Amino acid sequence: MNLPATDIRTAPAEKAPKRQRHIAEEFRGKFYVYFCVLLMIVIIFSIVYFIASRGLAPFIANGVSVKEMLFGLKWNPEGDPAAFGALPFLFGSFATSLLAAVIAAPLGFCASVFMTEIMPKFGKTLLQPAIELLAGIPSVVYGFVGLSVIVPFLRDTFPGQGIGILAGALVLSVMILPTITTIATDALRSLPSGLKEGSYALGATRWQTISRIILPTTLPSLLTGVVLGIARAFGEALAVQMVIGNAPHIPHSLFESATTLTSIITLEMGNTTSGSLHNNALWSLALILLLMTFVFVFVVRVLERRVKR
Amino acid sequence: MIIEIDKLNLYYGDFHALKNVNLSIPERSVTAFIGPSGCGKSTLLRTLNRMNDTIPGVRIEGDVTIQGRNIYASETEVEVLRKRVGMVFQQPNPFPKSIYDNVAYGPKLHGRMKKAELDELVERSLRAASLWNEVKDVLKKSAWSLSGGQQQRLCIARALAVEPDILLMDESTSALDPISTTKIEELTRELSKKYTIVMVTHNMHQAARISDRTVFFLNGEVVEAADTQTLFSSPVDQRTEDYISGRFG
Ligand SMILES: Nc1ncnc2c1ncn2[C@@H]1O[C@H](COP(=O)(O)OP(=O)(O)OP(=O)(O)O)[C@@H](O)[C@H]1O
Ligand SMILES: [Mg+2]
Repeated sequence: MNLPATDIRTAPAEKAPKRQRHIAEEFRGKFYVYFCVLLMIVIIFSIVYFIASRGLAPFIANGVSVKEMLFGLKWNPEGDPAAFGALPFLFGSFATSLLAAVIAAPLGFCASVFMTEIMPKFGKTLLQPAIELLAGIPSVVYGFVGLSVIVPFLRDTFPGQGIGILAGALVLSVMILPTITTIATDALRSLPSGLKEGSYALGATRWQTISRIILPTTLPSLLTGVVLGIARAFGEALAVQMVIGNAPHIPHSLFESATTLTSIITLEMGNTTSGSLHNNALWSLALILLLMTFVFVFVVRVLERRVKR
Repeated sequence: MIIEIDKLNLYYGDFHALKNVNLSIPERSVTAFIGPSGCGKSTLLRTLNRMNDTIPGVRIEGDVTIQGRNIYASETEVEVLRKRVGMVFQQPNPFPKSIYDNVAYGPKLHGRMKKAELDELVERSLRAASLWNEVKDVLKKSAWSLSGGQQQRLCIARALAVEPDILLMDESTSALDPISTTKIEELTRELSKKYTIVMVTHNMHQAARISDRTVFFLNGEVVEAADTQTLFSSPVDQRTEDYISGRFG
C-alpha cells in the first residue's frame, strides 16, 4: 500500500530529463518537417509566379489579345506586324495526346486485365517488369525509334511524309502505356475479391465478370490512369518534336507535318533573348501548359473522389 | 438425396484438406456443417458449386453428384452448375450497382428478359429474402447504402433471382448483429420449404435452432452426420460429444 505512493513522489524527479529529451526530439522533428513543407511551397509558388509574370507580360505590356493567342492561326512574333496565334500548337498538343490516349488506353486495360485476371503469374514475372521498363526509357530514344521505324513505316503505307500527328501519337502512346497500365493494374488488384466471387457464384463467365463487374467498378481509377497519361503526353516535348515535323499550321490529315506547344517552346527559346516579346510569348505558351496541368490534376482529383465513394 | 458426396478427397497442393468424405444431403432441408476452425467446412461447401476451381494447386478426387449428375464430370458446365447451386458468403458482397441491378444481375447473365418479367422476378426475389418492404421505394439507390444485414439479405435475393435449387451459406450471419442474424435465421427456415440449404456455422446454437441435419467435421474428416436433434442430444462419437459440450474447438 505504501509502495505506489513512494513511486509517485519520486517519479517526476527521475523522469524529468527524459521528458525534456523527448520534447527536444519532438521539436527537431517538427522543425524539419515544417521546413521541408515550407520550402516546397515556396518553390512551387516561385515557379508559378515566374511563369505567370513572364507569360502574362505580352497580354499586359504589349497588348496581345488572349483571343488572338488562343484562336489565331498565324505565329510570327518577330514579324511586322507580329502575330501570336497559338491555335495550331494547341491543336497539335491536344490531337497527339488524345489520340495517344485512345491508342494506349485499350492496350493498357487489356494488359492489366491479362496480368490480374488471366495469367497473374506470367503477368507479374514478365509482362509487368517489361512494361515498367518502358517507363524508364529516355524520351530521346523513343523519338529516335519513332523517327527510324514509325515514320518510314507510315511514309510507305500512307500518303504523305510519314511525319505528323499520327507518328507523334504513336510514339506518345507507347510512352504513356506504362502509366495507364500500372494504374489500371493497381486498381484491378485492389478490387475486393468478394465482388468477383459473387459474380462467379451466380454463374457468370470470366468475360462476363470482367466486363460487367470488374471494369465498371474500377472505371474511375482506369480513367485516372488515362488522364495522367494524357497529362504526360501533353507535356512531352522531345520525342514528339522528333517525329511531328514542326510546321506551325493546323494539318489537314494525320500524315501532315504539325507541331505542339512543347515543340515550339524548345525549338524557339534558343533564338530569343530574355525579356523580349518573342521570349515572353513563349512563356505564355508555358503558362498555357501549366494551366492545362492544373486542369488535369483537377480532373484526377474529381475521379479519385468518385473512387472513394 | 439431392447431393451425394462419394469418397471425396481434396488437396491444396500437398495439404490434404478433405479426407475421404462421404455424405448425403436431403432435398428441401437445412444441413449445417459445424466443426473447429480450419477443419474444411468452407472447402467442402465450395466444392459443391466448384468455387475451388479457381484456386491454383487444388486437386480433387472422388465424386460429387447433384441431382443425379456428377458435377466434376468433364461435360459439366460450371456456369450452369452455379446457376443451380447458389452461394451466400460470409461478408455481404453486393455489387457497386443499384439494389435493382444487383438482383437483376444473375438473370441477365443467363439470358434476355422482358423488362416487365425482370421487374417481377426482382420483386419476387426481394420478397423471398424478406427485403422488399424495406427497399421497394429505393430500388435505384446504391446497394452499398444499405445496412450490413440488409446487404446480406440482398445477397440472398440476388442468389435466389437465378432460381437455384440449392443455396450454400458460408457463415452468412457471422458479420451481422443479433437482430439481422435472427431475421436471416427465420428466412433460412422459410426458404428450406422450397430450397435445399447447406450452411456453415460456428455457432452451435444456430445449428441446433435452424438445421434439420448437422454434420460435424474434424481435420478434414466427417466425424458424424445425423439429425440435428440426435446429434446434439445423443452423439455417437466421443469427439462430437467433446466438441458440442465445449471441451475443445
Ligand atoms: N486456398 C487455400 N490454399 C491452401 N490451403 C487452404 C486454402 N484454403 C483453405 N486452406 C486450408 O484448408 C483447411 C480447411 O480450410 P477451410 O477454409 O475449409 O476451413 P473452415 O473449416 O471453413 O475454417 P473456418 O471455420 O475458420 O472458416 C485449412 O487448414 C486451411 O488452412
Ligand atoms: Mg470457413
